[in-house]
Amino acid sequence: MGKVYQDAASALDGILFDGMSIAAGGFGLCGIPENLIQAIKDAGTKRLTVASNNAGVDDFGLGLLLQDKQVKKMISSYVGENDLFMQQYLAGQLEIEFNPQGTLAERLRAGGAGIPGFYTATGVGTEIAEGKELKEFDGKTYVLERGLKMDLAIIKAWKGDAQGNLTYRKTAMNFNPECATAGKVTIAEVEEIVPVGSLDKMAIHTPGVYVQRIFQGAHEKRIEQRTTRAA
Amino acid sequence: MPWDRNKMAARAALELEDGFYVNLGIGIPTLVSNYVPADYDITLQSENGMLGMGPFPTEDEIDPDLINAGKQTVTELDRTSYFSSSQSFAMVRGGHINLSILGAMEVSETGDLANWMIPGRLVKGMGGAMDLVAGVQRIVVLMDHANKAGESKLLKKCTLPLTGQAVVDRIITNLGVFDVVEGGIKVVELAPEVAMDEVRQKTEATLVG
Repeated sequence: MGKVYQDAASALDGILFDGMSIAAGGFGLCGIPENLIQAIKDAGTKRLTVASNNAGVDDFGLGLLLQDKQVKKMISSYVGENDLFMQQYLAGQLEIEFNPQGTLAERLRAGGAGIPGFYTATGVGTEIAEGKELKEFDGKTYVLERGLKMDLAIIKAWKGDAQGNLTYRKTAMNFNPECATAGKVTIAEVEEIVPVGSLDKMAIHTPGVYVQRIFQGAHEKRIEQRTTRAA
Repeated sequence: MPWDRNKMAARAALELEDGFYVNLGIGIPTLVSNYVPADYDITLQSENGMLGMGPFPTEDEIDPDLINAGKQTVTELDRTSYFSSSQSFAMVRGGHINLSILGAMEVSETGDLANWMIPGRLVKGMGGAMDLVAGVQRIVVLMDHANKAGESKLLKKCTLPLTGQAVVDRIITNLGVFDVVEGGIKVVELAPEVAMDEVRQKTEATLVG
């Protein structure tokens, strides 16, 4: 059964449904699955729960899904870059579950690794730990956090092959490997599909078993904070 | 004379030790990298997935796939390694990072830190701050001693929602250097020409020793 699809719309065929949960890779606008986000916007799928570190900006990234109010709930660590998000949140149209960044990453990793929960010191004594089980290990208190398993994971990699093996480029890796494991179905968009066997087998970040569908797409790669020094 | 932002950053750089792995927060803490002693081998961690963060790029070097935790474009060094978010926070939470220098809205005399939200105002989120204060070996806060209304930010008890409980080791303000110790806040050092009276007057937290 082939994993390679022509584009984002065909890769999403038969997968989307209203009320579904989606894990989306990326940090800020770096390493986000641009084509899949646009295709989900075009498909008009509603009442989405989206786990993603950030929520994009008003006109790019996951912000696109807010324009037509497709998102019911975000699970994120930081959403400061998005005015539309704030408007919908303050109007009660959008729920937010804040997760500390490392806790979100570990929830996705754990969910993908068949681990239903884990204890972490992160957030103990803060409102993040309210209502959650606390447990003491070796004199220190930890809070129980749950693994996350999502209906769909949408991720972006640099190069991939028809087996679904993936490599990421620099800090565009971020949450993508964790999201890849946490999806019941995982779709990867890559800058280049290369022949099977041509990736360095010792440097594959995401083994193909985690990836059900893959396609090659063009990427704008918008920069949020262009900071430079004099040449 | 109280320290300005750059002098605070320069003082904070004295917290570095040769060979340290360090995570610097956004704002004044970022300036600390300008004062790393030339003969020190310091590796900066950026929690979006990079060890060995280099300076900002020249216009020609800009790479959209290479940013820091503040979403700013940066460069890599020979020592650089890249990794995923769970790996990044494994090194944070697992105590492998020696020092984090962070900004704060409030610090309590028991080392509680509040720096992520003000109720009733826009809530942006904590990002990686809760993980950093829970896991990094030593937490140094770099902040103004008082807020814009002139009220002490060093308190008996934080009024804002916490980022972490009993996590701060040392606070560097425009007035001096302070440690969280048994019973309260200990004055370690004063900025030049700052008198103890001024510190007492501007500190709500219990001063000891």
